[in-house]
Amino acid sequence: MNHVKELLYKMADDLLIIGHRNSEWTGLGPILEEDIAFSSMAQDKIGQSQALFQLLHELGEQEPDTVAFTRQANQFHNCQLVELPNGDYDFSTIRHFLYDVADQLRFEMLANSSYEPLAKVSRKIKGELKYHVFHANTWVTKLGSATEESHARMQTSLNEAWNYALGIFEESEFEQQLISEKIFEGEAALKARWLETIKPVLAKASLKIPEEKTWEPKLGGRKGYHTEHLDPLVEEMAEVFRIDPGAEW
Amino acid sequence: MYTEQDIWKILEVVKDPEIPTLSMVDMGIITKIEVRGEDDVYVEMTPTFSGCPAIKMMENMVADRLREAGISSPKVVTTFDKPWDSNKITERGLMCLKKHGLAPPPKHNGEITQELLEHVPCPFCGSTNTDTKSPFGPTLCRSLHYCNNCLQAFEQFKPVV
Repeated sequence: MNHVKELLYKMADDLLIIGHRNSEWTGLGPILEEDIAFSSMAQDKIGQSQALFQLLHELGEQEPDTVAFTRQANQFHNCQLVELPNGDYDFSTIRHFLYDVADQLRFEMLANSSYEPLAKVSRKIKGELKYHVFHANTWVTKLGSATEESHARMQTSLNEAWNYALGIFEESEFEQQLISEKIFEGEAALKARWLETIKPVLAKASLKIPEEKTWEPKLGGRKGYHTEHLDPLVEEMAEVFRIDPGAEW
Repeated sequence: MYTEQDIWKILEVVKDPEIPTLSMVDMGIITKIEVRGEDDVYVEMTPTFSGCPAIKMMENMVADRLREAGISSPKVVTTFDKPWDSNKITERGLMCLKKHGLAPPPKHNGEITQELLEHVPCPFCGSTNTDTKSPFGPTLCRSLHYCNNCLQAFEQFKPVV
């Protein structure tokens, strides 16, 4: 089951880390509704990661809280995109858009997975992510075409996030096995669908995808290689648990 | 010994912790009941959202109610086997939401579109001259809206597939 575990780990870690980043907007959102939106998405994503950690637990891994809070940064399988600091609201919005479209498509594909426990959870998660994608589409379209400054900021953020976003689709050593067993259609298929889906939204916002010859996916996250930003995030996220693992909330 | 039907009836008084006018049964989050013996009743629940923070609390509320009814060892578990969607709310449940000042979710056909979220009827005056302010509200299951007719902000219980 190593192939299934690897798949679950990378998805659960993406959700946990982006969920933590989203929660950093709590109390700091540019307007109240956005504060609430990012906080709500944080809650959704951390809940979704817990559901996936629970599937891992059923496959013999440790309890969800233990897995989430006791590993070191180099034991996380998330892509580097999700660990980058929030930056300004424009960067957070672009990252949210690039990541959430990919994730919604991923869970739509997995809703038909031959691994039934994952298919069940995916059917639930894909419905929840729909709202995340609505939110992302709304703000990318609005800010991409509002003022000269908002447009320029969104374009700069898109350029900065792009190669990291391509890193979402880093393939695993189990890719062929996952595909042949019909567990997951694979990262390449997902990436193709993602490009098709984001293009019209970005076009509507007059935002340009960097030229293909400049694409250099930031890989390594899935194998535990991370930017310097993940370590302090994990430290902060796990602080309470490490002081008192049995703390009641 | 209780029948399955009796248990559904017994659980009707267990309310949603966030919407005290609505029972968990009407909410559609109790998905299976099996009476396995005199003191042995098995109940399956499913959360509205996977990040719902109230799910443990709701499991306990259901178990407490069953113990109150004299069932000494109820078993209550949460699963995603039959995931919740907003069409599972009963007619009475939809009325309860409205009474609580929340616009009930429209019936969907398995697909949530952005159009479905626009012009939600205002639960106070019934007007559809309303705007969606945000797909995220004070809890995961609610969105924020504004009625241009009676000039009031209101919330909707979101449609979910």
